Amino acid sequence: MADLIATREAYGQAIAKLGEVNEKIVVMDADLSHATMTCYFADKFPDRFFNAGIAEANMTCMSVGFADAGFIPFVSTFAIFGTGRAYEMVRNSICYPHMNVKLAMTHAGISLGGDGGSHETIEDIALMRVLPGMTVLVPCDANETYKAVEAAAKIDGPVYIRLARMATKVFDDMPFEVGKANVLKDGKDAVIFACGTMVECAFEAAKKLAEDGLDVAIVNIHTIKPIDKDTIKTYAAKCKNVITLEEHSVIGGLGDAVAEVLLEEGGYRIKKLGVQDEFGQSGTPEELLKEYRLDPESVYQDIIKPELFMRVKNHRFTHGIITTVHFRG
Amino acid sequence: MDIAYLKEKCNQIRIDTLKEIHVAGSGHPGGSLSMTEIIVSLYYYKMKITPKNPLDPLRDRFVLSKGHAAPIYYAVLADKGFFDKELLWTLRKLHSPLQGHPDKKKLPGVDASTGSLGQGVSIATGMALAAKMQGNGVNVYAVLGDGELQEGLVWEAAMAAGHYKLDNLTVIVDNNGLQIDGSCDQVMSLLDIGKKYESFGFTVYDVKDGNDLEQVIEALDAPSYGKPKCIVAHTVKGKGVSFMENSVGWHGKGLNDEELNKALAELGGK
Repeated sequence: MADLIATREAYGQAIAKLGEVNEKIVVMDADLSHATMTCYFADKFPDRFFNAGIAEANMTCMSVGFADAGFIPFVSTFAIFGTGRAYEMVRNSICYPHMNVKLAMTHAGISLGGDGGSHETIEDIALMRVLPGMTVLVPCDANETYKAVEAAAKIDGPVYIRLARMATKVFDDMPFEVGKANVLKDGKDAVIFACGTMVECAFEAAKKLAEDGLDVAIVNIHTIKPIDKDTIKTYAAKCKNVITLEEHSVIGGLGDAVAEVLLEEGGYRIKKLGVQDEFGQSGTPEELLKEYRLDPESVYQDIIKPELFMRVKNHRFTHGIITTVHFRG
Repeated sequence: MDIAYLKEKCNQIRIDTLKEIHVAGSGHPGGSLSMTEIIVSLYYYKMKITPKNPLDPLRDRFVLSKGHAAPIYYAVLADKGFFDKELLWTLRKLHSPLQGHPDKKKLPGVDASTGSLGQGVSIATGMALAAKMQGNGVNVYAVLGDGELQEGLVWEAAMAAGHYKLDNLTVIVDNNGLQIDGSCDQVMSLLDIGKKYESFGFTVYDVKDGNDLEQVIEALDAPSYGKPKCIVAHTVKGKGVSFMENSVGWHGKGLNDEELNKALAELGGK
């Protein structure tokens, strides 16, 4: 396995590098530049870095002034503050006038660790994707983060990039196109639609499922909005059993975004794995993921729970729900 | 500077504003009228504006942080030729570019979408910082209501403006003393606004009569000594229409035919 790199670290490096070729980029932070890793940009381009102090609402609105002047502001802080505390500023000052501002927010999800539930946002995808004109990107690794940052700078309008604190696996280089999901593994018995930190988990869970003879497809939904309806519909139709997996509340996030797409088709039962409508708490990232059943073993168990996901001996599916259980051994 | 001309402009703008609100059936006359001399001093005297090229990057910026005073803003923008004056009579109507609060996407001349209080002055602060960075000589003006100062964001923005020494930013407080639920002192005391801004690093000018053009202009022209400037303009809510003056009830209310006629008679319009 390659070295582990957090997407926030990849973001810090990406924006510092992008700053070399794109002079329009300015970066704002709210006293967290050594956690969001915008410090790399700040060191390299002190004249294009602005610390707003611990004042996220003001940072959000001030970035609009930079966009008005033709700059491309990347605004960073912890996701809980950038999308939560400053929510109405994002809505009214950035999205309502469709300003060219990029919100690159770190420490999203429950895996940030010791800071606890007050700092662990499990609502940000829901909050950002409901805003008209907002693009929502959730990169799964360092490479994808780099490409997401590059792509965001090219979009004329608001973009939210969700980034994580904990170091995660770096996958082999994959193509990245905003709005186009990546099929990472083909399969026929079930499909897991995953995003961000949970893509790696989906792989590990799929390995365990393979030991039970289940061939599970994995689709990386790095763009939550605009969502790739075609790929979702194609893989749901092919695999019948649909699972969504995200380090976010099961209310309003990736799971609901996928469900909305499949509602257009009808006939699917969807198993949404994520944080089940509760707040996070302090712990190590590993402990927290296990506690909230977002580690590979829990995900595996939740997928094969007979009442939720069952396998037919003769591989005949009815309406996406496998009706009898057959476990190997 | 032709004060007689500016006075006449103020009168005309007041008349157009009230007619807009009358046709719309709702709107905010009190806080529009109180800032008449402020906005007329800016658009007809102080600011570098470019109605023929509303997005000219080198234009001065105006941010109506108290976005509910949109009717008077629109009256001025129309008179300056940013759009056809006939549009004024579509205020608050379905599909009109004249939204209840200013929408920069829909209406030429609007530099920032505002309405949610406190956000405009924060955007203006960002505009001023961006202009300083570009060294392009752009000045930024923001008009706030006094009740708006109750929003914490206003003081976050003030802190940033002081920190970055934004001497190209002028914040003007339309200090008419009233807000929706009563007087500002009743609802949430603001105490000494000027002292507050001074402590955040602003050069502050206190304008005794913010409905006196000469006093407003003097403050606009006064030096800022390398700091952001704050003008606290003591104004009268509903200024110019006797039955609206200093009346809380006229904060956000349309005028019926009779009220409009009475107001126009006082202003010498028709």
